[in-house]
Amino acid sequence: MIDPRLAVIDTRLAGVRRIVAVTGGKGGIGKSTIACLLALAAADRGLRTGLFDLDLTSPTDHVILGAPTGFPDEEFGIDPAMHAGVGLMSLALFAGSTPAPLRGDALTNAVLELLAITRWGELDLLVLDMPPGLGDTALDAMRFVPRCEYLVVTTPSTVVRETVRRTLRLLKERGAPVLGLLENMQVGESGTAALAAEFGATVLGSVPRDDALEAATGDPDALRKTAAAAALRAIAPL
Amino acid sequence: MHEYALADAVIAAVRKTAADERLARVLRVEVRVGALQSIDEHTFARALDTVRPPDDARFAAVEFALSLVPVRCRCRPCGAEYGPEVGAEADAHGAEAIHFVPELAHSYLRCPRCQSPDFDILEGRGVTIGRIEGERDE
Repeated sequence: MIDPRLAVIDTRLAGVRRIVAVTGGKGGIGKSTIACLLALAAADRGLRTGLFDLDLTSPTDHVILGAPTGFPDEEFGIDPAMHAGVGLMSLALFAGSTPAPLRGDALTNAVLELLAITRWGELDLLVLDMPPGLGDTALDAMRFVPRCEYLVVTTPSTVVRETVRRTLRLLKERGAPVLGLLENMQVGESGTAALAAEFGATVLGSVPRDDALEAATGDPDALRKTAAAAALRAIAPL
Repeated sequence: MHEYALADAVIAAVRKTAADERLARVLRVEVRVGALQSIDEHTFARALDTVRPPDDARFAAVEFALSLVPVRCRCRPCGAEYGPEVGAEADAHGAEAIHFVPELAHSYLRCPRCQSPDFDILEGRGVTIGRIEGERDE
């Protein structure tokens, strides 16, 4: 039995110049917010930008950006939903707030299906918003999108740093390109620089804890005006 | 229609196999279409014909043999095996969502015995290639 989807992924991504996965070891560290702010920053710089929410069981990029859900346009495939200058693909476009309780092969199949049918077209940047940890989807991204570069989000938390250390160790073992560490929710001195040094990685910089983000959620223009967005714009590896 | 993207994937996979196997002519491709995805066979056959590369002589006489594979699921908590009818068990939105991404069956279908969304799709998920027949030049 041959799975035809595997043969077409490279073709679907052929027009994408650069693919950056925003990853990190744990949930709640702001990966999705950073991924959305990065996509907005790229679009604001005039880059043709896509955002693929790969947190399949808990997609939130549409909420952060305020993008309406609803079936995407289809013609010879499905088109990302354009919102705030960013082409968004997410399971939430299809299922809205209905739970998607997926595991194992179901996660892999959903990733494969979306990779096989989504027409990203010509993009300068595709941001992958990764789920927490090193589970199915992280492994699938390494397998199906091997040219992906990784932006690793951490926080000042010792607990988070330990999970990020594991992520970095695996990325290094697999020879995956790491753009650098981004310290989110920065509040003072932390061990991020030491962690980066352990792996010969770059610290891209910090995004401060920003209480204005909550009120700006769902409003791309308000998001763009936050201190977090300004900090990210200054350090984004675009 | 996104069937064309799936048909395109089938053609890409056949081209890759034809190259790997050094086939001069691809004669017959068995395409298995899982009932879960509710893909209309005629539409898919038309899509295959449309995306077939006209300038690739290996495909000049290819026949695509489509077969519909019924859905079989097994519930993890209670072990029940069953064959859901998407059209009857999911609402129109759910059926359309499953049509795009069959894994959304876990969002819109439930085990008929224990109502769990935690089931394995054993057969009949989506589009696969069962067999590719061709000829090499001597």
